[in-house]
Amino acid sequence: MQYILPLWPAYPELFLLLMVCVILVADLFVSDENRIVTYALTQATLIGCAILTYLTATGEPVYTFSGMFVDDLMSDVLKLMTYLGTVVVLVYSRTYLATRDLFRGEFFVLVLFAILGMLIMISANHMLTLYLGLELMSLALYASVALRRDSPVATEAAMKYFVLGALSSGMLLYGMSMIYGATGTLEITRIAETIAEGAATDFVLIFGLVFVVAGIGFKLGAVPFHMWIPDVYQGAPTPVTLIVSSAPKFAAFAFIMRLLGQALGAEQLVAEWQQMLVVMAVLSLVVGNITAIAQTNLKRMLAYSTISHMGFVLLGVLAGDIVGYSAGMFYIVVYVLMNIGTFGMILLLSRAGFEAENIDDFKGLNQRSPWYAFMMLLLMFSMTGIPPTVGFYAKLAVLQAVLDAGYLWLAVLAVMMSLVGAFYYLRIVKVMYFDPPVDGSPLTAREDARMLMSVNGLAVLALGILPQPLMALCLYSIRASLQ
Amino acid sequence: MLQDMPLLSLAIWVPIVAGLLVLATGSDRHAPVARVLALVGSILGFVVTLPLYAGYDPAAHGFQFGELKPWIETFNINYHLGIDGISLLLILLNSFTTVLVIIAGWEVIRERVAQYMAAFLFLSGVMNGVFAALDAMLFYVFFEATLIPMFIIIGVWGGPNRVYAALKFFLYTLMGSLLTLVALIYLYNVSGGSFALADLYRLPLTLASQVAIFIAFFLAFAVKVPMWPVHTWLPDAHVEAPTGGSVVLAAIMLKLGGYGFIRLSLPIVPDASQYLAGFVIALSLIAVVYIGLVALVQSDMKKLIAYSSIAHMGFVTLGLFIFNAQGLEGAVIQMISHGFVSGALFLCVGVLYDRLHSRQIADYGGVVNRMPVFAALFMLFAMANSGLPGTSGFVGEFIVILGAMKVNFWYAFAAGWTLIFGAAYTLWMYKRVIFGGVANTHVAELKDINLREFLVLGLLAVVVLYMGLYPNPFAEVLHVPVNDILTHVMQGKIPAAQ
Repeated sequence: MQYILPLWPAYPELFLLLMVCVILVADLFVSDENRIVTYALTQATLIGCAILTYLTATGEPVYTFSGMFVDDLMSDVLKLMTYLGTVVVLVYSRTYLATRDLFRGEFFVLVLFAILGMLIMISANHMLTLYLGLELMSLALYASVALRRDSPVATEAAMKYFVLGALSSGMLLYGMSMIYGATGTLEITRIAETIAEGAATDFVLIFGLVFVVAGIGFKLGAVPFHMWIPDVYQGAPTPVTLIVSSAPKFAAFAFIMRLLGQALGAEQLVAEWQQMLVVMAVLSLVVGNITAIAQTNLKRMLAYSTISHMGFVLLGVLAGDIVGYSAGMFYIVVYVLMNIGTFGMILLLSRAGFEAENIDDFKGLNQRSPWYAFMMLLLMFSMTGIPPTVGFYAKLAVLQAVLDAGYLWLAVLAVMMSLVGAFYYLRIVKVMYFDPPVDGSPLTAREDARMLMSVNGLAVLALGILPQPLMALCLYSIRASLQ
Repeated sequence: MLQDMPLLSLAIWVPIVAGLLVLATGSDRHAPVARVLALVGSILGFVVTLPLYAGYDPAAHGFQFGELKPWIETFNINYHLGIDGISLLLILLNSFTTVLVIIAGWEVIRERVAQYMAAFLFLSGVMNGVFAALDAMLFYVFFEATLIPMFIIIGVWGGPNRVYAALKFFLYTLMGSLLTLVALIYLYNVSGGSFALADLYRLPLTLASQVAIFIAFFLAFAVKVPMWPVHTWLPDAHVEAPTGGSVVLAAIMLKLGGYGFIRLSLPIVPDASQYLAGFVIALSLIAVVYIGLVALVQSDMKKLIAYSSIAHMGFVTLGLFIFNAQGLEGAVIQMISHGFVSGALFLCVGVLYDRLHSRQIADYGGVVNRMPVFAALFMLFAMANSGLPGTSGFVGEFIVILGAMKVNFWYAFAAGWTLIFGAAYTLWMYKRVIFGGVANTHVAELKDINLREFLVLGLLAVVVLYMGLYPNPFAEVLHVPVNDILTHVMQGKIPAAQ
């Protein structure tokens, strides 16, 4: 039964908004030693959202707010991943925040606002909704990067992030306005219909497409729009880096799917944006991997490695069919899993006054804590793409899609670049296993963070031995959402 | 009844599970437990492979002990296992060697014992997986997974230059195998979505695409074998690896390359294999002759044996690409024999190294005066390495030369040099290390091998002699699969012109 305005598909977002307001107010009445209440409320909110998302999932696309908002299977899966990732990130971050006087209400409220923005992006069926979500997410993230306001590195990173982000938002809006001009609508499904009917002005449309792709490149962090990534990753406090590098990637992926997969997914347009994505993917793979070799700061190295991983995601997307999109989605899920684990390890090793963010800080970890060294080993081999870790299957899926699309040279380039990648990931394994420890102190992380770290590391292995469920989920949700 | 048990799964997973248990013993305080557990696990791993030999029907065609379960349905990848005579022998060799390696590392490894033992058990299970896989992607997954434990083994327990050697090993072999991944995915796409080897064997391919795929495969397997000129990682890896690592590397890991040629290159791209056979044979003969000469001038015992491995593996690739029954069968027997002999030689060097902490030939001399039992066993393995009749080393080389003679006299002529070079470098090293007067005070203090070392070397000596005197049990399981492969290769699979 269809209401005039059925709200239920947006229940998770509405609940989240309500809870953010509640937490904002409640936090005023919480003293510093009881800040754990805010933390618990935040976690409970995310779990509540997850339950609501699960309950409102129907498997069919449901539109509401006059077609501006959609709840389909892809959005449900991506939202659940977003909550899960954020819950894990918050558990990892707790000790770090507490020892650095960052364990405050602002952090949690900003994170939740960013999540709200992501949810809106993921579920957008209208260019304006998409833009609204994007800006909400970005503004919250700019502020959280600058959370440590007396740190010059952090403020510089936030400044750079903000200026470049504003620039890319401008380009995106420009592109959207051109698409509006060409098709006469901003609603994503209607744009696709108009193009299919042949009623769009091709020239303006392609012009708009270029700007949209540039905006996508920025949000994803693909070369040549990657300048902000290394600075933000290195400059932000590690928990914020973890937030920036995990859940927003799901939102960015949804963003790509909505714009390129749905709105501009017509065959003649795929051929147009495919060329642009090829260029971005190649540059990302080459620049990301080669620059990462020279880094000594682990966070910065991971930033460049992220750029190269985004190159792989683009490889999947540029195939331009269901198989390629689901390969891209699988890759991004796997990437976030590995990324959370790796940054989580940095948080696990850090303690009051010690950041553990240089590669050398991992020296001799195998002698200090064989178990967590093993977890990190799994994560690093997964990033390299060596079976039996899940990173291999992510690469396999993407390469299959690329070869299927007829880009043999791209597949060869991608595997050669992952060989370059192997070198710097192996360096981490090398310092952990082959070098003697510089600092023999035992790990001081909380028990819950340790447990989760073990689950995270073993998940990389378990999903590598049995990758089928996750692969099938990605394929199925993309298929159900993009007809 | 034997056919019903998932024997191949057991051969793969028993060592891996044992490895996990060993790893769980944790720190070096529990090292004795880890050692015993590892020994039990490796023996169990060997025992579960014995019914494979007992239950194998040498007259039957096709793969036996098949297991088929869906694994990754999205890509139609199956957990598909099965063996023929070739894989059977390699699985037995692998599981047997693992037991020896565990025993050989018993007292020698004192740091991070559990991790050391576990790494070898993992490696053993994974390599059994390579030999048993009948799905190309499953094969590749196992093939690549071997890199991780070996990287750790070389890097953690290796010599002074271990970091360089470990990284070189990893990156070199990864570089080779990455293009194979692309080739396999390409085959998946053109075959309409199948990684099953049986489907890929049937798939018609034009010569041009066959050649491209052959080159991709060739890079992976030639690096692994290793063939001249992509062999340079091997001397480094061997010299720096701990004794156990060198043994497994020489005895089994190199065979992954030869096995890859047999299982993937020859049947999937038979026409390209024949088209490019001359090229591969040329490289093989260069390995046999040139690397034989290189081995002659080595002053480091491990390096010498490493080069001798390359020369002997040249025989294997020569045998594979002359396309007759003797060549192929000889190549497989040579692989098995080389597994025993090179493993034994590395163990012998390990025995000396544990005592004197030197691998330089010049630091030794007159060892026979202090270690007569050891000298006798070492002598046997040195003879086997130089291909003396009556030892296992003779059988494979002789059959391959016989096969080569049928094809081209000059192939056989060039290959025959190995009998001279092999004898020269092995026996000359043996003479300098073992014979003569006692060279220095360190040698004067040497003690002969203990029971543990005697057990390891003695077992290998029995196998080497048995295989040399009565190779039939090894050869009989090979006839049918070798002929089947040759028939398939000779048919070719270029699609008829449209």
